Amino acid sequence: MCTLEKRGSLFILTLTSHDDEQHRLNPTLLSSILTAISKVNSQATVGSALVTTAHGRFFCNGFDFRYAQAAGSQSEARIRLRRMSDSLRPVIAALFSLPMPTVAAVSGHAAAAGLILAMAHDYVLMRSDRGVLYMPEVDLGITVPDYFAAVVTAKIGPAMALRDVLLRGMKVRAKEAVEMGIVNTAHDSEDGTVEAAMRMGEELARKKWVGDVYGEIRKRLYPQVCGVLCLTLQPIVSKI
Amino acid sequence: MCSLEKRGNLWILTLNGDDENRLNPTLIDSLLSTLTNLSSQSTPGSVLITTAKGKFFSNGFDLQWARAADSKSAAMDRLQFMVDSLKPVAAAFLSLPMPTIAAVNGHASAAGFMLAIFHDYVLMRSDRGVLYMPEVNLGLPLPDYFAAVMREKIKSPVVLRDVLLGGVKIKGNEAVKIGIVDSAHDSVESTVEAAVRLGEQLARKKWMGEVYAEIRKSLYPEACDVLGLTLKPIISKI
Repeated sequence: MCTLEKRGSLFILTLTSHDDEQHRLNPTLLSSILTAISKVNSQATVGSALVTTAHGRFFCNGFDFRYAQAAGSQSEARIRLRRMSDSLRPVIAALFSLPMPTVAAVSGHAAAAGLILAMAHDYVLMRSDRGVLYMPEVDLGITVPDYFAAVVTAKIGPAMALRDVLLRGMKVRAKEAVEMGIVNTAHDSEDGTVEAAMRMGEELARKKWVGDVYGEIRKRLYPQVCGVLCLTLQPIVSKI
Repeated sequence: MCSLEKRGNLWILTLNGDDENRLNPTLIDSLLSTLTNLSSQSTPGSVLITTAKGKFFSNGFDLQWARAADSKSAAMDRLQFMVDSLKPVAAAFLSLPMPTIAAVNGHASAAGFMLAIFHDYVLMRSDRGVLYMPEVNLGLPLPDYFAAVMREKIKSPVVLRDVLLGGVKIKGNEAVKIGIVDSAHDSVESTVEAAVRLGEQLARKKWMGEVYAEIRKSLYPEACDVLGLTLKPIISKI
């Protein structure tokens, strides 16, 4: 599950570990994240910012394969996997259109859909003492959904970094991720990462940016993501 | 024109070194049939390494053959014919169900440069040889799929400008620095050895070729679009 807390200008979305320390994305967690982000969206004011983090060694370990496999048959399992993939789509769409800056504090492993969730934020901070970023699809023999591909190609700049993550299944630690341009900064502990994310969120909040304009500018930076997620552009109303 | 040799999991495709490995209809045909054949023989752990004999990896399309035509327009037709014939080769590389490595043994120019960057990994010798796109200097057009692949393999706008609009000649070490080449090696032998080592590492992963190809295609949407390649979801394990 996840919790949403408001601290000054910051909304803090935390994946909690009551039932699963890996924060695997099953229908329950997905719908709880979507509800939280919708709430953030509706309560946005000038100068809001979102910080997303998680408790424990995992930021998020991707879709809940245990839940899929518990379906019984292989075809049922695939349907469940497909359903989870369809349910993450509006979450990613909501993050790309959220009218405020977003910061992910990657407090541990972020794999597969969990890494997509992190990369859907404007800024990604990560702890360097443990945890990796990992896209296991090539190792598992599963193709990536269209919106995963759109997000990684939009967010991972260097072609070789993109290849190493997606086509080589490289497990990337924080410092390497900074060098590859996937992560903004690396921090030496979980607390250090979360504190840095809060500081960054507060700094961004002090800019008092107009959220709607912020969201529209973001969408214009990622036309392929918007295309795949069916996000449409609205005119930007200037202050003139 | 080109030969294919199997060494364990590795398939070694070698351009035989005649005529600067210029891509004329014969060599292009030979490449396409080799890749088609290879695609059907892929097993988990297969890896392709492409290299060449001589001091050229490939010096691009065979302009001499084009110019040997009777008229200027016939020469243009021949060039266009080579452009069209290499297109399915580009598509075959992007959809080949195994990791691909180019061991660039010497100059890779124009379509020869493209041939190198059609591969997933590019290793290059540093003692001689350059990567070079001469179109701007020669006043030749840049085919749509060249541009699409270039944009998706060289994402830095500055590097892209220097390569395509500046016509810079890039040696191995420089190419590593600007992110076009994975590693540079001090001789042709060490380049090929490094490619074999990398190939063996990748082969040990025993990736499913079909999934590998689909993930590759999903990383290069513009190239796929221009080359008419479509995507197909696969869930092998659950």
